[in-house]
Amino acid sequence: MSSSDTVLPGGHVVGLGETRRPDKWWVGPLLTVSFIGVAIGYGTIAMLMGNHYWVGAEGHGFGGYLSPLYSPVLMFDASAAGAAPASHAWFGAFPEWYPSLLPKSPAFLILLFPGAFRFTCYYYRKAYYRSFGFAPPGCAVEGVRRGKYEGETKLFLFQNLHRYAMYFAVIFNIILTYDAVMSFFRDGALGIGVGSVVLTINATLLAFYTFGCHSFRHLIGGRANCFTCDGKETLSSKAWSFGTFFNQRHMQIAWVSLAWVMFTDLYVRMVSMGIWTDFNTWGEAATKTVGL
Amino acid sequence: MGKRSFKIWRGNAEGGEFHTYETEITEGMVVLDAIHQIQAESANDLAVRWNCKAGKCGSCGCEVNGKPKLSCMTRMNSLPEEGDVVIQPIKTFPVIKDLVCDVSYNYVRNKQIPPFAPREREADGTHRMEQRDVDRIQEFRKCIECFLCMDVCHVLRDHEKKDDFVGPRWMIRLASLEMHPLDIVDRIPLIREKFGSGWCNITRCCTEVCPEHINITDNGIIPLKERVVDRFYDPIAMLKRKLFGDKSNKRLPVVEVGDSSASG
Ligand code: SF4
Ligand code: SF4
Ligand code: FES
Ligand code: FES
Repeated sequence: MSSSDTVLPGGHVVGLGETRRPDKWWVGPLLTVSFIGVAIGYGTIAMLMGNHYWVGAEGHGFGGYLSPLYSPVLMFDASAAGAAPASHAWFGAFPEWYPSLLPKSPAFLILLFPGAFRFTCYYYRKAYYRSFGFAPPGCAVEGVRRGKYEGETKLFLFQNLHRYAMYFAVIFNIILTYDAVMSFFRDGALGIGVGSVVLTINATLLAFYTFGCHSFRHLIGGRANCFTCDGKETLSSKAWSFGTFFNQRHMQIAWVSLAWVMFTDLYVRMVSMGIWTDFNTWGEAATKTVGL
Repeated sequence: MGKRSFKIWRGNAEGGEFHTYETEITEGMVVLDAIHQIQAESANDLAVRWNCKAGKCGSCGCEVNGKPKLSCMTRMNSLPEEGDVVIQPIKTFPVIKDLVCDVSYNYVRNKQIPPFAPREREADGTHRMEQRDVDRIQEFRKCIECFLCMDVCHVLRDHEKKDDFVGPRWMIRLASLEMHPLDIVDRIPLIREKFGSGWCNITRCCTEVCPEHINITDNGIIPLKERVVDRFYDPIAMLKRKLFGDKSNKRLPVVEVGDSSASG
């Protein structure tokens, strides 16, 4: 604090980062920036790779591990190492007209949806408004653009459409649950591997994340004012209580599920590349990666 | 525990400065005890507001080491042992003298909120509500009007948008009325426009400082924002209302209440 700083009556200093808090208030925002940075960095690299997102039997039979960053596979490039079999791609191979400037990666086609869900999430909004936007950097710590702040009234009005991102997230939850079930099969044979557990935990955490979503909690019951109107508890009241349980843990689930998605991709990638061995009941032969 | 040094801001709306005081701290003392002791020993004219000394009247809000706190509920042994204890009035509202602020903005804004209006009584002349329905809004009724949330809210505190955003304490009053099972007033348009729900960026500092542990953001403001979305931003919900009509029994308030200028 220099002598030229403005001090308000009450002894508060005006300026970015000014506070009388002696504690390390900046640790939280710093961790947020680091975690989000690592997640975006890893996610982008994993997406651009466009390969090693699949582990399955050589025979291309029913079942296998699919990375959550690549699910669903809308279009695929059969020549990529560790690519899913053709039967997995909803619309087959990347077409001729697919712009060559865009990455030929199935992940590129879908990551916008979970990305938008996380970006407009009420919890992540808090996290990045604070740590990236400095609005405010910490509680009782002054931020930027004193007096020029607009909140969510102008540029950030689109945040009001979070529920639409949530609708897509529910579809993704169903697909990832299907992938988790498929991970217990290899070439049609029922079994279990470390990868099945990894994928199942992934689908579960992502479902918990959606269940705790504020828009979800509102739409399944929160919008009503009357949970027991005629003396009997309504179904939406029960649903609201269910959502509330996860909503109260939304922050924790947000971070754990984000980390686990990245780990799941890493796991599938490493096994697909032959670097990690997947312990499972099917044996080595059934774990060959397509295209290696 | 021994002697501790305090830096207390002294002054009025024109300005002022920190004064340093020392006083003996004994076991069990809270910050308000220390302020009173300083007042008795060396600063008879120090202005401080307090009433219950039990965390229930909400009068003793101030900033202790930069954080909004009830001075009567902040134990001396909860503060770091080293350094001065810095005590300031709350930043959001104008200082009158020393630690006392003019919080009348709150009373002006409160008057602008359309009050509770219940639906018609039932045939037997009663109003019936179920416990389950009241539980949800009961949380908001714990508010002791200490205005610590108003102090920490950066929209009011740093950006001084008091005319645009009503502030967290009043958002939860609005929530408690809006979610009331008997109430029939529709406050959603007001919540968006006059009370400025869009100004809150849900950064949760209000929730972090609330001494009553009211989950202001998650249970009050965000649900109100979602209701505003239903009404003004969700194209499908809007179309549905157009086609099938509005099923809610809420009505717009008939009277325009309160004064439009809120600054204070
Ligand atoms: S969550 Fe909203 S009301 Fe609460 S302090 Fe932050 S901006 Fe203010
Ligand atoms: S909501 Fe909490 S912090 Fe805000 S005035 Fe009420 S009791 Fe105080
Ligand atoms: S996903 Fe976090 S609030 Fe919707
Ligand atoms: S004196 Fe009543 S809350 Fe502190």
